[in-house]
Amino acid sequence: MSDVIQRARTILGRETFGLLILMAVMVLGFSLASPKFLTGPSLSSMGFQAPLLGLLTLAMLAPMISGGFNLAIVYTANISGLALAWVMLQFGGPEAGLGAIALGVVAALVVGTLAGAVMGAVIAYIGAHPILVSLAMMIFLRGLGEFLTRGGDISGFPPALAVLGHGTFLGLPVPLILFGLVALVWHVMLRRSRHGFAVYMVGSNIRATEYSGIDTKRTLVMIYALSGTLCAVAGILMAARFNSVRVGHGEALLLVTVLAIFLGGIDPFGGHGKVAPVILSVLILQVLSSGLNLIGANQHLATAVWGLFLIAVMILRSEQLAAIFRRKD
Amino acid sequence: MLDDGAARHALRLKGVSKVFGGVKALDGVDFDVREGEVHCLAGENGCGKSTLIKIVTGVYQPDGAEAFELFGERLESITPVQSRARGVSVIWQDLALFPNMSVAENIAFDEMVGLRPRGVDYRGMKDRARVVLARLGVTLDLDASLETLPIAQCQVVAIARALMNEARLIFMDEPTASLTQSETDRLLEIVRRLSADGVAIVFVSHRLAEVLDIASRVTVVRDGKLVGVYPTAGMTQARLGELMTGHLLEDHVTARDMATAPVVFQAQDLGLPGQFEGIDLTIRQGEVVGLIGLLGAGRTELAHAMMGMSQPISGQMRLHDQPYRPASIREAISQGMAYVSEDRLHLGLLQKQSIADNAAISVLDRLLDRFGLISNPQKIDLIRGWVTRLGIKIGQPDDAISTLSGGNQQKVVLAKWLATQPKLLILDSPTVGVDVGARAGIFRIVRDLAEQGLAILLISDEVSEVLYNADRVLHMAQGRIAGEYDPRKVSVHALEEVIYE
Repeated sequence: MSDVIQRARTILGRETFGLLILMAVMVLGFSLASPKFLTGPSLSSMGFQAPLLGLLTLAMLAPMISGGFNLAIVYTANISGLALAWVMLQFGGPEAGLGAIALGVVAALVVGTLAGAVMGAVIAYIGAHPILVSLAMMIFLRGLGEFLTRGGDISGFPPALAVLGHGTFLGLPVPLILFGLVALVWHVMLRRSRHGFAVYMVGSNIRATEYSGIDTKRTLVMIYALSGTLCAVAGILMAARFNSVRVGHGEALLLVTVLAIFLGGIDPFGGHGKVAPVILSVLILQVLSSGLNLIGANQHLATAVWGLFLIAVMILRSEQLAAIFRRKD
Repeated sequence: MLDDGAARHALRLKGVSKVFGGVKALDGVDFDVREGEVHCLAGENGCGKSTLIKIVTGVYQPDGAEAFELFGERLESITPVQSRARGVSVIWQDLALFPNMSVAENIAFDEMVGLRPRGVDYRGMKDRARVVLARLGVTLDLDASLETLPIAQCQVVAIARALMNEARLIFMDEPTASLTQSETDRLLEIVRRLSADGVAIVFVSHRLAEVLDIASRVTVVRDGKLVGVYPTAGMTQARLGELMTGHLLEDHVTARDMATAPVVFQAQDLGLPGQFEGIDLTIRQGEVVGLIGLLGAGRTELAHAMMGMSQPISGQMRLHDQPYRPASIREAISQGMAYVSEDRLHLGLLQKQSIADNAAISVLDRLLDRFGLISNPQKIDLIRGWVTRLGIKIGQPDDAISTLSGGNQQKVVLAKWLATQPKLLILDSPTVGVDVGARAGIFRIVRDLAEQGLAILLISDEVSEVLYNADRVLHMAQGRIAGEYDPRKVSVHALEEVIYE
């Protein structure tokens, strides 16, 4: 038995294995506490909610592995959503056809990617710190968005768009499928592509990477541009789910993405981190919040428990603790 | 001092053993140091030197010891606090100082950090720091922030800090590794002063010449066992190297006449104001050209220009008879240039990443599968191939590069560049922090590569390693090539005179 566990640990990696156990314990606990937890409606509502946080977390991931940060993720998503909304409104709002939606999606992706690329270029060529650059971009995008929308909601979208946010395919929520695909692509990109390789190298020592003949400036621009693309996907999803776009929607998710990333064992100083444990962390946070909600706990309690969680995980992962256990052996 | 039986022992260890996870790091080692003696502890990386130091300083407890005496006091074991209270001090290679604090604060740090809350007596602190520095015969700006000081002066601060704690036995771990020759001379002068003052000093260094110069006795440890204790009088570098590694080191001139080989690289009147000027340089196929000179003579700057990291203002370069003017490192690499940086720790390797990734980083394009993705099996094959070819000792390809010794890390750097199949390889101080046995291994590889036709520019501070491994030696001073020497017709001593005059 212990042999099987050992093998699972090596194959999955320490982070993923530990998180899987945590997940199992929580699912077991909540299903004992509430008979409704492991039922179709409850699972499906989680499947609709988790992808938004998941996409934004992935948008934060590559910048963090590269030793940077992207504070602008939520507002990049908002402004991309605005681009989508604007195109659809040009084509008649609720009467807009599939072609208009497609055009809007493309516009959103372009806007998001562009916002990211500008950040990346400033970071790469000016050498400014990513936190400052993305902070500036975040403030700019928020101001721009609020100016364009006068701080209000933009709504009145064609029903076809709602399929993206509320539909199911083969019984699975469409957002979850979308998120699964993106996660898979991101996993392959980070682990296997030349760009992904460069992301890790830049995160551990950018000068040594440059000395090895890798174009670190282009890598940085790509990292933030792709982060912007993912934000746009998140923005499209938000528009589809809420059937409206408002600048500031999802603002609270910014720090939750950081929480999910640290929970997923990403090296806060850059250079190390994987997609799979981060996805698991997103799901764990979702299960925790939905589960607490289901057993009738106050929603704010979930937030408090998230914080405790991160502290507990840091303690469990610490080298000192591991050393204490080794000594007892 | 050597035959002075009357001198008391500062430290006497007999039959000390230490086991880590079944491996004997130390196996019945004897070690003694007399008061006022400069004693060298010699051995290859991983031979047990650090373990021995950590036992004396109380970091580790010995698993067995027949005798453990510190200043005549018999001990069973010791804690770090007790060890320090008895006057034992270690100056590790990284110095463990506080870069953002002043010189005075660093020297007096231990008295500043009291348990009682009280104000810091800055004036008294500076006075005491001044007294200690005077004992070393040094004056430093006490208010200067440590990070503004060159490494040699930081070294002095670390010694002063030890003296402030009334150290009577000081271990110095590779104190000269990052010093220039004149800085080293000054440091050795300080060490002699301390020794005359009655302080016992244990010196650990890979530079055998200075070991023989400064120490009166040398204790050689190999694979955790004591090889012997020898007086340095009458000892040669070659003999000491042999004792440390257990095999004979080939140290002889290997220069060949390469004047007829095809030219690979040529620079004419190359100049970059403030760095170098009027550089004429020809490197031929299969030739090893040595470049010696003082720190700041412009050697590394020239290498940087050859690699496209800086753009010369005047003159021209040709590579394989084509005009060559790289705008970036990437362009230089793609044209067949490779550069082993002098700063392996920060520029040569990515210390956080795996051995395999460090080797693969320069040749990613050649490791792709049919989907354009990096193929893991190909990456592993690449590193395994080089491990065999260069005799690199590694655990698993996925282990962090920082788990390797300096010599093996440098071989991974070589592998990473050789994988690009370069035409010209620039080696900038390739043996910094590499122990004597591994050095020989690296130069064996360098000579093999030259035999196979690779053109090599070898930059080094150590005259002997250039003289023994290059076909021609160029001397660079103040940004200019000041002279050319044939290793077969000049001695190490004569060349050293030229450089340090």
